[in-house]
Amino acid sequence: MEITNNQLLRFSTAGSVDDGKSTLIGRLLYDSKAIFEDQLEAVSSTSQKKGHEGIDLALFTDGLRDEREQGITIDVAYRYFTTPKRKFIIADSPGHIQYTRNMVTGASTANAALILIDARHGVIEQTKRHSFIASLLQIPHIIVCINKMDLVDFSEEVYDKIVADFEEFSSKLYVKDIRFLPISALKGDNVVNRSENMDWYQGAPLLHTLENLHISSDINKIDARFPVQTVIRPQSEEHRDYRGYAGRVASGIFRKNDEIAVMPSGFTSTIESIDTASGELEEAYAPMSVTITLKDDLDVSRGDMLVKVNNRPKAEQEFSAMVCWLGNTAAKPRAKYTILHTSNEQQAMIKDVLYKIDINTYNRDEEDNSLNMNDIARITIRTTRRLMLDEYRDNRITGSFILIDPATHDTVAAGMVV
Amino acid sequence: MSKYYLNYLDELESEAIYILREVWSQFENPVILFSGGKDSIIVTHLAKKAFYPAKIPFPLMHVDTGHNFPETIAFRDDLVDKLGVQLIVGSVQKSIDQGRVAEEKGKNATRNALQITTLLDAIADNNVDCAIGGGRRDEEKSRAKERFFSHRDDFGQWDPKNQRPELWNILNGKHFEGEHFRAFPISNWTEMDVWNYIQREQIEIPSLYFAHEREVVWRNNSWIPVSEFLKLEEGEEIVKKKIRFRTLGDITITGGIESEADNVAKIALEVSAMKQTERGNRTDDKRSETAMEDRKRQGYF
Repeated sequence: MEITNNQLLRFSTAGSVDDGKSTLIGRLLYDSKAIFEDQLEAVSSTSQKKGHEGIDLALFTDGLRDEREQGITIDVAYRYFTTPKRKFIIADSPGHIQYTRNMVTGASTANAALILIDARHGVIEQTKRHSFIASLLQIPHIIVCINKMDLVDFSEEVYDKIVADFEEFSSKLYVKDIRFLPISALKGDNVVNRSENMDWYQGAPLLHTLENLHISSDINKIDARFPVQTVIRPQSEEHRDYRGYAGRVASGIFRKNDEIAVMPSGFTSTIESIDTASGELEEAYAPMSVTITLKDDLDVSRGDMLVKVNNRPKAEQEFSAMVCWLGNTAAKPRAKYTILHTSNEQQAMIKDVLYKIDINTYNRDEEDNSLNMNDIARITIRTTRRLMLDEYRDNRITGSFILIDPATHDTVAAGMVV
Repeated sequence: MSKYYLNYLDELESEAIYILREVWSQFENPVILFSGGKDSIIVTHLAKKAFYPAKIPFPLMHVDTGHNFPETIAFRDDLVDKLGVQLIVGSVQKSIDQGRVAEEKGKNATRNALQITTLLDAIADNNVDCAIGGGRRDEEKSRAKERFFSHRDDFGQWDPKNQRPELWNILNGKHFEGEHFRAFPISNWTEMDVWNYIQREQIEIPSLYFAHEREVVWRNNSWIPVSEFLKLEEGEEIVKKKIRFRTLGDITITGGIESEADNVAKIALEVSAMKQTERGNRTDDKRSETAMEDRKRQGYF
């Protein structure tokens, strides 16, 4: 097979047990021939044991013993398939209320979100939750699949009503690109192949839509940011004086001879070279992993960030953020947490909980300032040293952070700078 | 500005390099778990790229079942030599001799499960706090739930229902004394990606992956190579076949497939038309529906 210039597209799916999400993924994998015979055999025999008619496509996505036994999805699962146009990574999140944290996890790296609606039930609370999280995490593209159209006689009227309902509540959300599709995952209508049962729908089937989403403009190419992960010092005869800063470009473009500033110190220098094991580069852009050398001998280490001199992030010690609380135990007032932001690690304290958001109604609650698992809230944070921050809506890498409980080492919060 | 995007292989490579550099930055004593199979070879290749022009700053660790393909050992020693890195070997035979584990008995006895003890001992003896593996999420259903940084408690056990969420590209490798992590830089790669990458980067792999004549017996739906460890069963017959291996493990359980593919390009073509998963030829995964999950929970790779 030829190695092509195909892009990678990551999309998240979320849904409950019954809205056909697993069936849809099973269908995409099955119809794009990403399922092997031995997997098919295993699933067929389980389907028979359980007394299902035909193959239960949903079984392709259940991984863990407990999931298979209980017929639920517990954790985010990653699935892969490739078409001649693209490679796809699906982050498949369970849709139960208690698993908001999984949805946030799956959404954090996604280029697109698939939201499933059961055509018989229309927009329900869960739809609102998924949409809210997709919007909060700034997934650039949202594809709303109105599923089980076969159970509503492929009715255009039902479809239009659901689209209208969705548009009404989602007008309160910030979403760049939103599309709607009537499908039947079970029967295969508008998944890989165009439906023969819905002449009234003129759009492309789901797979075609996913293959053609324009994603290269979703990356921030303006603000050049390079968090330093580690310093490369070979200690060999050949590279005696080599000192390179290794990292992955978070956003923007760096070129040889660019004038850069090292944050937070603010010292400036010029890019001497952009190195990779495959050779030197003239320029580097997100999400490339490279090693940058500078013309001047500066003190640069992990946690520092290289930026262009005329375009710097904010360097702040106190800032406001939206957080999703992931920890099993509630946030402790005035307690210290470890904050990880790009390659930087500091101590942090939650100063204030300004308000919490009800993700079903989108109402703000300014009275209750507790933070429990799955809560989404606006807070202010204070850190021991300054962090180099961009707003999350401008930069998903330099605008995001996690909080770690130092007593357990658990990741207890996902945060987005506002 | 449309030229400013990476193709999928470059993006996967960049992600893996990022993860390897995070491992180096967040842990004191990482090692690469090196089996001699293509996935651990790829991880080693990526580590070479991640720290270039410096050497790979951590050792390779091999859990030796004693049931090896001689080609694998020769390949390993040659690679370690070329890279100038340290090699740590954990020996299953030694674990047996010391009475830490007992050989399995019965028809399908293997040393597969015994590796867990040897691996965990080697990790503890060398104060390893992160073992980097070539595990991929597409390999097996319980691996689809793995994290890039996967926590192991002080018994080396994996708790799949209580994993740390991984958001954006932020990796939390915080751990207490005695605990360790497994890191999987090529989690997002498929078998096809691996072969395309081997082809693109012209990475050397053991000759066992290429079609070659070999004495084999037909067992559990694949061609098991004849070796001093193979006990013939009734009705089994040694034949000569042109085969190649899709995965490499313990010689007693790694089955080959009939193939004419004698170079990487032909293998990539063959894999793209393949109808069975690569672990379909591994008898260790066929023991039960959750065989892999059960072993992983105890500390398996």
